[in-house]
Amino acid sequence: MEAARDGLLVVGGSYAGMQVAASARAGGYAEPIRILSDESQPPYNRPPLSKGFLVGKIDLGALPLRGDAFYPDNAIELELGTRAASIDRASRRVTTEDGRHIGYERLVLAVGSRPRPLPWEGSDLAGVVALRTLADALQLRELLGEVATAVVVGGGFIGLEVASALTALGKQVTVIEAQSRLLARAATPPLAEYVAGVHRRRGVTLALDATVRRLIGDGQGRVRAVETGDGRRLAADLVIAGIGVVPNVELARQAGLACDDGILVDDHGRTADPSIFAAGECTRHPNDHAVGGSARLESVQHALDQAKAVGATLAGQPTRYGAVPWFWSDQHDFKLQIAGLAQDAERHVVRGDPASGRFSVFHFRSNALISVDSINRPAEHLLARKLLGARAAVTPEEAGDTGFNLASHLATG
Amino acid sequence: MPTVTYVETDGTERRVDVPNGTSLMLGAVKNNIRGIDAECGGACSCATCHIYVDPSWLGRLSPVDDMEDEMLQGCAAVRLPESRLSCQIEVQPGLDGLVVRVPDRQY
Repeated sequence: MEAARDGLLVVGGSYAGMQVAASARAGGYAEPIRILSDESQPPYNRPPLSKGFLVGKIDLGALPLRGDAFYPDNAIELELGTRAASIDRASRRVTTEDGRHIGYERLVLAVGSRPRPLPWEGSDLAGVVALRTLADALQLRELLGEVATAVVVGGGFIGLEVASALTALGKQVTVIEAQSRLLARAATPPLAEYVAGVHRRRGVTLALDATVRRLIGDGQGRVRAVETGDGRRLAADLVIAGIGVVPNVELARQAGLACDDGILVDDHGRTADPSIFAAGECTRHPNDHAVGGSARLESVQHALDQAKAVGATLAGQPTRYGAVPWFWSDQHDFKLQIAGLAQDAERHVVRGDPASGRFSVFHFRSNALISVDSINRPAEHLLARKLLGARAAVTPEEAGDTGFNLASHLATG
Repeated sequence: MPTVTYVETDGTERRVDVPNGTSLMLGAVKNNIRGIDAECGGACSCATCHIYVDPSWLGRLSPVDDMEDEMLQGCAAVRLPESRLSCQIEVQPGLDGLVVRVPDRQY
């Protein structure tokens, strides 16, 4: 048995885990820091996995979040291939799956999420993939050589990015989406319409209001077709599921920490146990920008910003997490950037001309600006983040008037 | 392999080798240059890999495209004529000896 050791133990080696460790150290945390990661690679960039990495524009060497020397230089011990099995809060130690006990003074759960299990008959066939990790992406890249026809299940960001990448590689792609529009969870109708138009022009077939009944094999264990809920049969050498993720709350729940679609934390990332924090996609946290004041967010920005607050707090500078949520997606030839959360938006005002391929959609709830989607308008996106952060009183009329200088709301005075 | 000097905010000069074809952003990340956050990993989406290029080198770089130009408008630190996003500059043999400065902030 390993002796209990003081210090910070971070479970999870992706954006949030890396950033908690980095920010704690940068903030002056002087005790040992150890990251346990169940992956075989040091923390890496995930967004390219559904985009540039798939088409071969970004190689493995470009994926790490930090250079190899970063961890030893900052006295951060990075232990790969190790999964935490349980937490003993009374004795403040974590037991790993291989039976070791690791003590902690402070514990951070940065355990992320995993793809929602695929519910269909035939989900275990070869050629059926859910994309989350580098291992998934490598497997997918390996399969691509033999693929002529692919079906993407789920018209969310991952699904549409993969559809875009596969189309660029010359594959026939059909996207199956259960809702009547794309990006139903994250985007509003004017934007969804634009996105659908681009995908269709690029040759992607969109099957909206469609569900999957089962996946059909070729008799040798490989997927061959997707049968839809209304009985259509779509040929598929490859099925990629982008049907959402579930937060990895099991470790926390087994330790008796409160969870509700995410590990419950306060605005400093603290759980009810003063020794245990959580950060990243696995948390449900107070969020000023969310309806009801609470959110579980799935984005790089959220993982990094919440982790910075937790890291600083651990280093003795209590820091509240209150950043404006933002997100981006690259598909075909457009860059989509979203600032804020458009939940329950009542009014959508388009700024600019969608036909030009450069415009933003401003979303209002109770006449307050809550979110801005920008297509190929990065300056407007960055401005939107500042406007939302300042709670600027932008009116729908101003948003729709390209002659009005929105930055004037930020002038001090 | 071209050598690039990154001048960190506190004046520390870090002289590192960056392979041809690699972005200045990735060269910074791999060598743990302080102050280049590159949150989006090089997708030209976050404006946190802002650098100031030594003016004598400006003419040898690929020009700023519309997207980069717009992102630079929203950078946290002051935009100067020599401002660039380091993710948009690919290191080439002709850039051996390049000097860039890291701005005081990226947020």
